[in-house]
Amino acid sequence: MKEIVVISGKGGTGKTSLVASLAVLAGKVVLADCDVDAADLHLVLAPQVKSVSGFTGGKKANILADRCNGCGKCFEVCRFGAVVRQEGRRPVYLIDPIACEGCGVCSYFCPEKAVEFKPALNGQWYISDTRCGPMVHARLGVAEENSGKLVTLVRNQARMIAEEEGLPYIIVDGPPGIGCPVIATITGADAALVVTEPTVSGEHDLARVAELAGHFKVPVYLCINKYDINPAMAKKMEEDALSRGIRLAGKIRYDRSVTGAQLSGAAVVEFSGGPVAGDIRNMWKELVKYLNTSEER
Amino acid sequence: MASSLTVAVASGKGGTGKTTVSANLARAAAEAGHDVFYLDCDVEEPNGHLFLKPYLGRRYPVHIPVPFIDMEKCISCGACGEICQYSAIVCINKHVLTFEKMCHGCGGCALVCPTGAISEKGREIGVVEEGRAGRIAFLHGKLNVGEAMSPPLIKEVRSAGRHGTLNIIDAPPGTSCPVIAAVKGAGFVLLVTEPTPFGLNDLGLAVEMVRTLGIPHGVVVNRHDSENSLARDFCRAKGLKILAEIPDDRRVAEAYSRGDLAFSSVPGYRERFFALLDAVEKEA
Repeated sequence: MKEIVVISGKGGTGKTSLVASLAVLAGKVVLADCDVDAADLHLVLAPQVKSVSGFTGGKKANILADRCNGCGKCFEVCRFGAVVRQEGRRPVYLIDPIACEGCGVCSYFCPEKAVEFKPALNGQWYISDTRCGPMVHARLGVAEENSGKLVTLVRNQARMIAEEEGLPYIIVDGPPGIGCPVIATITGADAALVVTEPTVSGEHDLARVAELAGHFKVPVYLCINKYDINPAMAKKMEEDALSRGIRLAGKIRYDRSVTGAQLSGAAVVEFSGGPVAGDIRNMWKELVKYLNTSEER
Repeated sequence: MASSLTVAVASGKGGTGKTTVSANLARAAAEAGHDVFYLDCDVEEPNGHLFLKPYLGRRYPVHIPVPFIDMEKCISCGACGEICQYSAIVCINKHVLTFEKMCHGCGGCALVCPTGAISEKGREIGVVEEGRAGRIAFLHGKLNVGEAMSPPLIKEVRSAGRHGTLNIIDAPPGTSCPVIAAVKGAGFVLLVTEPTPFGLNDLGLAVEMVRTLGIPHGVVVNRHDSENSLARDFCRAKGLKILAEIPDDRRVAEAYSRGDLAFSSVPGYRERFFALLDAVEKEA
């Protein structure tokens, strides 16, 4: 079984559209949407939800007003500005749940045991069926923390399903950036497909995300999306990547049918039989070839 | 602008045009005579400098506090491991192990240690670079590659905002802690979207976020196509005000690919970004 994670550094380069097409081309796969902040894969793959579970990533503090003696110890020890002091005849202390980092220091040091510290519901995760196979996806509550833990949970569930059902590929739709949720997405994956575009931002962000994948020893394959927007830059990026030992999985042309596919809730390879679908097919063939020649990890 | 204003540019979905809007708006405001401070809070992938091309003069590292153990004083009581919620410090067989990358810097272990064996030292998570691009003061954070902890660096960039200035914050994508750190305390949030199912789904999440924070906001529709009314319909249904529509224009995409601002290089865009600036000033 191989786990392919699709990441990009820069957002909006086409990760989700590509993941949907790769899933269609692969036949039956397990899908994992690890962009738990702003998940979109469900908009193309229309999952039928089979199970819903709550996600608790950490704890949050809450001050019980009837026990609080107003001493201000919590305010003094909190480093995250999460204890709010309301001035009055006697100051009143409250927790700002958005700022609370879940460290529990306020609760530990409260002399009156007036700060409760309880597991917080940070989001939900789902196991679903799609036309391309099972899918694990999630929704982190707005303004919540612990996206990395939720990503790890989604990946672990996808792996369990792939093992149970004997499916050969897990395709992971990753988040943008290079921080906590991206690190949780790529650690231990068999391959990272990095989707970029030939722009100054795409080039800049590719360098950082490729360095990140290298840091975690995940083999990187490059996809240059919309390469014909700036062919000279695409060529330069391809050469730079090759010189750093990154292999080119494929180049995909700019085509409005990619947006057309999204508007009709279809993967590009389902929606269009044109040249852009051909580019994606070729890229999948290359990727499979690479994956099957690389050693089992 | 007589008084200060902090405008954060956010989106939910990545790649909708946050940096395009922030950088062009900054240039428009500078040409209109405002003192502008551009704060790039997308510390995982900062791109504003590629378009504003500032001269960067000052550079300094940003640290978070992590525990430092004096084993001479340690009595292996295990209190530090018990208070830590992040598994960043554990006491096993009379040894104290720290995992600095897991540490959020809450300081609980140092406070709880009965013998004063724990002090704190700094661990670098990234750098801040500061400079100018003409009339625009510029500052961005760059998270070290391999580093998970971005909010403290974002807060550092964010705290540089000045009074008596138009502060423009280029926020990271998403709706969780890094974005909150970037937009919290802003006077106004511009939400940049595109008229696609992905763009609008994520705009919905971003709206929930700014409403949770209680910040006034407006929408910029990027890559607007006159035949597609998805964004207008969505905004009408959600009670959102559209402040600008930037057309789906290949010349803008090409300028972006080269690192050029549409404001200065594509005819007709000066007026569009001056109009957006006016709209923001009226709303905020």
